[in-house]
This record gives sequence, structure tokens and C-alpha cells, in this order.
Amino acid sequence: MPDLGLEVLLKGKNMIRLLGGLGAALRISLIAVILSIPLGILMGVLMTWKNPVTKALFRIYLEFIRIMPQMVLLFLVYFGTTRSFGWDLSGESASILVFTLWGTAEMGDLVRGALISIPRHQYESSEALGMSKVQTYRYIIIPQTLRRLIPLSINLITRMIKTTSLVLMIGVVEVLKVAQQIIEANRMSSPNAAFGIYLTVFILYFIACWPISLLARYLEKRWR
Amino acid sequence: MSEELLQIRHLKKQFGETVVLKDLNLTVHRGEVLVIVGPSGCGKSTLLRCINALEPIQGGEVLLQGQQIAQNSKNLTALRQKIGMVFQSYDLFPHLTVLDNILLAPVKVQKRNREEVKKEAIELLERVGLKDKADRYPRQLSGGQKQRVAIVRALCMHPEILLFDEVTAALDPEMVREVLDVMLNLAAQGRTMLIVTHEMQFARAVADRVLFLEDGEILEDSPPDVFFEHPQTERAQQFLNVFTFKNVNKK
Repeated sequence: MPDLGLEVLLKGKNMIRLLGGLGAALRISLIAVILSIPLGILMGVLMTWKNPVTKALFRIYLEFIRIMPQMVLLFLVYFGTTRSFGWDLSGESASILVFTLWGTAEMGDLVRGALISIPRHQYESSEALGMSKVQTYRYIIIPQTLRRLIPLSINLITRMIKTTSLVLMIGVVEVLKVAQQIIEANRMSSPNAAFGIYLTVFILYFIACWPISLLARYLEKRWR
Repeated sequence: MSEELLQIRHLKKQFGETVVLKDLNLTVHRGEVLVIVGPSGCGKSTLLRCINALEPIQGGEVLLQGQQIAQNSKNLTALRQKIGMVFQSYDLFPHLTVLDNILLAPVKVQKRNREEVKKEAIELLERVGLKDKADRYPRQLSGGQKQRVAIVRALCMHPEILLFDEVTAALDPEMVREVLDVMLNLAAQGRTMLIVTHEMQFARAVADRVLFLEDGEILEDSPPDVFFEHPQTERAQQFLNVFTFKNVNKK
């Protein structure tokens, strides 16, 4: 068996530090997710409006966020706003801000897609049965929208968790940064630690995202 | 003559500049079966949709038992409960089972007892040969089965009048029959029905009156034998000719 340098994990508080890093990554992504979902739903509903001005604005916002690499957005918000606006954002707040902007845009587009994919005759046959607007939304439209939305938005959530690996670039100490620190600190005593530590990081991401993927698959099957 | 159930007076409907229905007048008595035929785009489906206030109208009025049906009517949902409608596209709710599709409106809108409605729904499903499908989802049914469920769903609301908008147009030929049989049965029970269809044989069998609609006007309103044997207008004759074929067998 090759030396993977796994013993480094047991040195000092290394494992606890890695888990702390994972905690930071999850904190950023989950706060951003919790903010993105209501904002994205709002944006998605507004995007289905016929008003050309709101339509154009949200379209531009969405395309801007999509085209920009997340890393550029992080730099823009973290370094850019400090000089230009005098904002003193911590790395973590800047990350949450960027992830929320991104999540809202993507979520908004998912909600928009789910809403317009409900055929018009679903509204009509519900109304023809004497249901009011509120009843139509409550019993027919919203349940169908949610069914289409949940697998897609869970996919988005796992993408957001994984993309937190970029925030080390603006100085946030998340799991990948901790891993690098541990590897650096043990360069002399365990020069082989890189593989073992990154393997552990991989497993940690897997443990964080796998249950969410399972949930998505379960819901997809159940609500086919 | 029995009670006048539905009255349409000077109905006018436009989509933008296009006039779809011009000054249309029609009275339907309780128990009558009207079949509406005509070339596509003549306003047949639009007429049905106006009766149910699914379309805003630009003039005239639609009265059901003397009460006006319009998109701004205060009691619109109550009036719509008296009008059962079955659409061309399979319009079942895909996230609900067959039974829940049927029970939803009677239980949530009419606030009827779930168990009683369920009993009725099962009986009706049995009558259309679908009792064993009650717990299935719409995606597990064939087109003809879906349309029969849609008919049961409309019936469970105890409507005064039933509207059928080309309900067999999207079906395979064998499935057309099973749906039409259900409708023939309903006619035999004395239901009031307005049927838009392209099935001329069926129209002839089921109708008390045949309306021929073209360019938003009722050109003919006659009993089926008269309409199919001796249409009054040349246009109707032309229309009927479409459904017969000249023999080109050369021997």
C-alpha cells in the first residue's frame, strides 16, 4: 500500500480543522441557498410578466451572472467594492453576496421555466370546474410547479456547495484552504500527505452532496 | 317545450381585429343535444369557450337559467359549476390520481362529503368501464380512457349542461368509439349537451339539432335528418361533400 500520508489527519486538530472548513463552505452555500430560494421565486414570477421592461432587466441580470465566471464575480465584489465604494466586506460576506446573486438568477430562471411549462389548459380546465383563481393555484398550478422545480433546484444547491471551493481565492478559509494549509505545514514530515488530504476533502464534499442528490432522485421518482 | 336552459343573445367575439362570432343568437332547451359542425376556424370552439366565460366577449350576453355568465360575474365560479366542459387536449391534472381528479372540485369547491362523492365517482367510473383505473395516474391511461375520466369528472359536479369541445379529435380511431359511446349514453339519459365534433355519423346519431357554423354565424339550425339529407345552404352542402368520396374505381 502506498503511503497516502493519512496519519497527518490524526495529528493535532487537523481533522477537526478540516470539518470546520467544510462547515464554513456549507455555511456560505446554505445561507445563500436560503436567501436565493424566495428571491428566485419572486424573480421567476416577475420574469413571466408580460412587461417588456421587467423582462429585459431580468434577462440582462441573468445573462450577466451566467456569463461571468463565479471567480470574477467574487473578485469584483470582494476587491472591487472595497476601493470603489469603500465597502469593508469580509470574505465570507462577499461570498454569500455573490452566491446569493448567482443563486437568485439561476433559481429565477428555473421558476420561470417551471411556471411557463404548465400548459394553459391546466388553468382552463380547473376554472371550468368552478375553481377560483386561488384554488386553481393552490391545488393545480403550485403542486405541479413544485414537482418540476424540486429536482432542478436541488441540483442547483449541490452546484452551489461545490462552487464554494472558489472562495479560498478571496481569503475565506474553507475546507480546501484548510487542506492546503495542512499539506503545507506537514511538507517535511509527511511529504505524501497531498493525496490523503485531498482524498479526505473529496469524501467530505461527497458526504455533503450525496444525500441531497439522493433526495432529488427520490423526489423525481415519486413525483414523476 | 321544456325550460330554456341556455340563452345566447347577440354574442360578439373578436380576437383583435378578427371577428370570430358576429351577433350570434341561440337558445338551448333542457334535454336537448346540439351538435355544432363547420369548417375549422369558424368559431365552434370559441362559442363553447364563451359559454363558459373562458374567453372575454365584446358584446351580447350568455344566460344560464336567466343568470348572466361573464368574466366579471360575481358568481362566476358558481355558474361554471353548472357547466361541465370536456376539452380536446387531455386536460386531467397529471399530479393527481384518476379518483382525485374527479373528487377535487366536488369536495373543495362544492364542499360535498368526500365519501359520498367517492361512491358516486366509482359508480360513474364503472359505467364507463374504468372502475379498476381509479388509483392510476393520467399518464398510465390511453387517450380514450383519459377522455372518459374527464367526462366523469365533469359529471360529478352535477352540471346542468355539458360542453364537449372536439373531444375525440386527438384520439386514435378505435378510441374514438369508446368515448362516443359514453356520450351517446349521456344523450339517452336526457342530458343537455353542446357538442363540437367532426364525426358526422356520430353527429347524426346523437343530435336533436345540428348547427352549421361558418364565419361566426349560424347558417343552419335544423334536425339532423334535414341537415344531412337536404342542407338549406349551398355552403353546408359543400361542407358535407368533404366527408364523402367519389368512387374512382376504374372497372
